[in-house]
Amino acid sequence: MQNGFRVGLFYTCLVDLMRPEIGFAALKLLEASRCEVVVPESQTCCGQPAYNSGDRHVARELAEKFVREFESFDYVVIPSGSCGGMVRAHYLDLLSDDPQWRARMESLAQRVYELTDFLHTVVKFRQSPNAGAGGFQGTVTYHDSCSGLRELGVQQQPRALLRQMPGVRLTEMKDCRNCCGFGGTFAVKYGEISAAIADEKCTNIHASGAQAVVLGDLGCMLHIEGRLRRTGDDKTRVLHVAQVLAGEG
Amino acid sequence: MQVQAMHFKARAGEKLADRRLQQNLKKLATKFVTGRAAAITELDDFEATREAAKERRMRAIENLDVWLETFEQEANRRGATVLYAQSAQDAAQLVVQIAQRHEVRKAIKSKSMVSEEMALNAALEAAGVHVVETDLGEYILQINDNEPPSHIIAPVVHKDKEEISELFARVHGKPRLSDIEQLAHEAREVLRPQFLAADMGITGGNFIVAETGSVAIVTNEGNEGMCTIVPPKVHVVVTGIEKVLPTLEDLATVMRLLPRSATGQSISNYFSLLTGPRAPDEQDGPEHMYFVLVDGGRSSLIGGEFQDMLRCIKCGACMNHCPVYQKIGGHAYGWVYPGPMGSVLTPSYAGVRDALDLPQASTLCGECHVVCPVKIPLPDLLRKLREKQFEGKMRPEAEYFGFSLWAYFATRPALYALASGLGARVLRWMGGSKKTISRLPFGGGWTDTREMSAPSGKTFRELYRQHRRRHQQEGK
Repeated sequence: MQNGFRVGLFYTCLVDLMRPEIGFAALKLLEASRCEVVVPESQTCCGQPAYNSGDRHVARELAEKFVREFESFDYVVIPSGSCGGMVRAHYLDLLSDDPQWRARMESLAQRVYELTDFLHTVVKFRQSPNAGAGGFQGTVTYHDSCSGLRELGVQQQPRALLRQMPGVRLTEMKDCRNCCGFGGTFAVKYGEISAAIADEKCTNIHASGAQAVVLGDLGCMLHIEGRLRRTGDDKTRVLHVAQVLAGEG
Repeated sequence: MQVQAMHFKARAGEKLADRRLQQNLKKLATKFVTGRAAAITELDDFEATREAAKERRMRAIENLDVWLETFEQEANRRGATVLYAQSAQDAAQLVVQIAQRHEVRKAIKSKSMVSEEMALNAALEAAGVHVVETDLGEYILQINDNEPPSHIIAPVVHKDKEEISELFARVHGKPRLSDIEQLAHEAREVLRPQFLAADMGITGGNFIVAETGSVAIVTNEGNEGMCTIVPPKVHVVVTGIEKVLPTLEDLATVMRLLPRSATGQSISNYFSLLTGPRAPDEQDGPEHMYFVLVDGGRSSLIGGEFQDMLRCIKCGACMNHCPVYQKIGGHAYGWVYPGPMGSVLTPSYAGVRDALDLPQASTLCGECHVVCPVKIPLPDLLRKLREKQFEGKMRPEAEYFGFSLWAYFATRPALYALASGLGARVLRWMGGSKKTISRLPFGGGWTDTREMSAPSGKTFRELYRQHRRRHQQEGK
């Protein structure tokens, strides 16, 4: 039975290229919430790399494209706080000089949600008691990615959902709100500083005793995982919160 | 001060490799970050106070000319002289002229970052005036061959006790001390005769108050009192034109936030509100009081997209909480102001082209905005500076090429699908049997410091299409 919500899934360019399984995990969770999920075929990228690098022109073009593709849905769900923040917090800035686009974006902005925020706040997701069988079991620690936390207020939602997971125990690490050092193109332009910041995060992950660090953004995920592996940690799992919640980690 | 921000990358690399510095920078998190977090809980409504402070600062900035005129009138009425300097260099020359007019041989100085903009000590020394820094941190830097401060509040945060102990023993020619209290005592003994022998006291000004023509000075050592009240016949305040507040009420509001945001103190140890030179019926105070108010690029921000920066109260919370500053310290930023505020101010005051790295060298994590007591949207300002660089063709050619290529595909979904599908396969192939990429051609920025685990070879787009097809077939 459907709950009547027609949801557009924006799976993000990084999930598309690097980790399609996260897109499917998100899809599974949304379908389990009885949403009618539509995945627009023409979607590409939210434009954040251009926006944060100062290329307003291209960022704006992609913002308009996004609005056209997603404005007809009841809700738009994104398995990334970073892309969600871009759409909800920054598109209005990009489209502010045109009253028509601005109005369209204003109406859309309040219907755009980061995945865990949508699951927890909108559809009041309840995990079934036998969920997670075959998926990740053990102790996890949650890393608060910057945009989700500071631009969208995503903090309690993923934790509340993780606590519902049978077989998953949540433990907090020190400074879970601190940046991991990814920062988009920053990670490439200032690799050494980026890695030094990540090392701090890795130390805190290790000290938490968790077997897996769970987070909601693929950029931070690839960065933390890449640094853990380069510094000799082949054990600590790095999982997207959608994977854990879908029992697929 | 000469801009060195163009050497950011090389200097940041040196700082990362400096183990002692890395250890010393940990103080930021343990002292300032936790201290601030505790101190703001003392306020009944921190967010409302923040909003009020922001509004009061904006009221001052939006009518800066009016408040400066009021300030000047009130300061004049109380016997002080107000001078304006368009550039930091002009300001230094004004102070030199004041020193010459009053035949000053020796000046004592409390902490002032604006005086760093002015390179004031060098200008005074060149004119034959001996200057002694009296803030303990600034004193340490001065006797260490005029080393620049690395933090606006804690200028020697990059040093540990042992370095200072060695320095004191060497410069003072006394036995080496290891206790911080003893070290401070030794500095006090050296400084006291300087205080008593000085002809001129120079201070910064945390704020100037229009309705009374006063300067407000915040310290933890009380040296500002020694520089202004005890012996000198001349007191010169050097500060930026943006530091004006209309009323004492405004001052009370921002002072609820300044020490708490800066050092986690409810109130600083000392707070001086100085109004005019000594009146005939008064016992202390200087014979002459001057204000040198510096523009130095500030007025060019008024009414523009960086105006928000002018309401800064120079607490340093943005740098204390910045993941980048916490790793490299202040010197790498290459001018007077480090951290996020510096990454906006250096390009604004000292030139965009000399500081191309600064706005880029931020993860835009947003914590600086969260902790700013006057809610300056620092990440947005950094992004605007990036736009300026991009539009002004100041980025490397490869960046423009890369972006236009990427944009070409990202706005053409069918081509994008082809390219990303190809990309996913190439990455899988590169990952080999270990499914890990350790060296990415043209992607050294990533793989020099991290591994990249390879994708499985098909994009979500392709897999979803297959999934749909399967679904439809099953449905039939």
